[in-house]
Amino acid sequence: MLLALFDTGFWTNGPVRVALAVGGSAALVCAVVGMATVMRRQSFAGHALADVSSAGGSAAYLLGVNPLLGFLGMAAAAAGVMEWADIREARERDLLTGVVLGAGLGLAALLLYFDATVRSVSGAAVTVLFGSMFTIPATIVPLALAVAALALAASAVIYRPLIVSSLSVDLARTQGIRVRAVALTHALALALAVSLSAMTVGAILSTALLIGPAAAALRVAKRPATALALAALIGLAASWGGIVLAYESFYWTPGHGWPVSFFIVALIFGAYLLAGWAAGRARRPTAHPSGCEGH
Amino acid sequence: MFSTFMLHAWIVATMVAIVAGAVGFFVVARRAAFAAHALPLGAFPGAAAAALLGVNELLGLAVFCALGVVAISQLQRGERSEVASALWLALSLAVGTLLLSLSGAYAQSLYGLLFGAVLGISAAQLLGVAALSALALGLVALFARPLLLESLSGELAAAALGGPSRLELIFLGILALSTTMAVPVVGALLVFSLMVGPASAARAFTDQPWRSLGASIVLALGTVWAALALSYLTDWPVGFFVGALSAVCYVAGRIRGAGVVAQAA
Repeated sequence: MLLALFDTGFWTNGPVRVALAVGGSAALVCAVVGMATVMRRQSFAGHALADVSSAGGSAAYLLGVNPLLGFLGMAAAAAGVMEWADIREARERDLLTGVVLGAGLGLAALLLYFDATVRSVSGAAVTVLFGSMFTIPATIVPLALAVAALALAASAVIYRPLIVSSLSVDLARTQGIRVRAVALTHALALALAVSLSAMTVGAILSTALLIGPAAAALRVAKRPATALALAALIGLAASWGGIVLAYESFYWTPGHGWPVSFFIVALIFGAYLLAGWAAGRARRPTAHPSGCEGH
Repeated sequence: MFSTFMLHAWIVATMVAIVAGAVGFFVVARRAAFAAHALPLGAFPGAAAAALLGVNELLGLAVFCALGVVAISQLQRGERSEVASALWLALSLAVGTLLLSLSGAYAQSLYGLLFGAVLGISAAQLLGVAALSALALGLVALFARPLLLESLSGELAAAALGGPSRLELIFLGILALSTTMAVPVVGALLVFSLMVGPASAARAFTDQPWRSLGASIVLALGTVWAALALSYLTDWPVGFFVGALSAVCYVAGRIRGAGVVAQAA
């Protein structure tokens, strides 16, 4: 069984500790922000932000700055563009998101090409897009924790107004909620969460950490607080479990570890399926007492 | 620019653009941008598996595209469909990285699969792409009317054609086909921008659906040809120009659309 946990090398290993810290904070922030993202049906927008942030990550390699700052800058810029366009009609929002996504990925292609030709960093594409947690420099930890704290604070401030304006914009207006400011703050929190997640599992896999735990929790938990706690638990279990399994995989294929991101995403997907199965089991014996339960 | 090694690139890019323009029209009409993005990326492990097993890349892509169609339509049932697409997407990408990492052919093939490699297309690949695009266009022609009808009024089409789910499956199937042929050329990440940008701009030029379909194909052709030429001249990746020019198409369409509304008012 999991030899890694009993291996003293695991707990004293520097890269592993960094990975546990960054992965843990990313999981917590993603659980909180992802909940609102799933409830507001912004999964595509969250996914687009994550993908687009890869252009920032590639630019960071080119300029030699902290990759987290690169992810963050690009995600915030893309979130700004999508909020600024402020499109009400769902069809148009879907298209705009697609176009921003396409343009951002094109830019990432160009910057990664420059990384390879100008800077001759050949592994940049893999690191930026799919993450490699065990190579995160330790200097990133303070910044990552600060970003996580900021994102959690922003989410806490807009918690109630965001729920109200997600339900009905008109209702929110009558209560004196500044809908535009709330949406903008949420977009910023989303950008912060996505960039942390991009650091953990890579830009194009970070959607899994953002919406997977939240969606799984919402399948089984009825009350918001329970769902939030469950999402945080699933996220933490998946990211730390992924790290343990990846460390473990060095024993399976000697000298060649499997990608951490693969394990994290697989664990999250497993949790989502399990939650659906549990929800289906819980629903059956009650046989529709109220006739209006959630689907 | 038109030397023999570029000739295959021009032919393949033209076929990809025609199919992407036609399918993109329905992607835009049905608001399926996310599915159009998720299916090609979901096919990515297919190419990785093909590299690992040493079989034809198109075969691997086709198998995983079919899996993606089944998975997305299954996960969608009574659930938040966006969540289903996003999670499927992340899972298949993660499996793809694992396969590539195990096969040892990591960084190089990864970049090509994601962002496209127009140069170095063999004659055999050319035939495969031609066959698949003919099939995709044939299916589009066969189901164009019901697909359009359904995107305008779901209930009407469901009444006429025995259920919306069958049409959705057909649509996803067409999307998967056109994706399979386009991934090796423009890359998994950028197939969909070729479907979304030109087609959404085309709406601004005409109200008539069939003319809009034609305009979408023409714009997609223009985008791909310009991208290929610019890429040849600058040596920068084709994907960058496809993404950027698609965005230009969309913005131009929005500006023109706003102008038309202002004139009418």
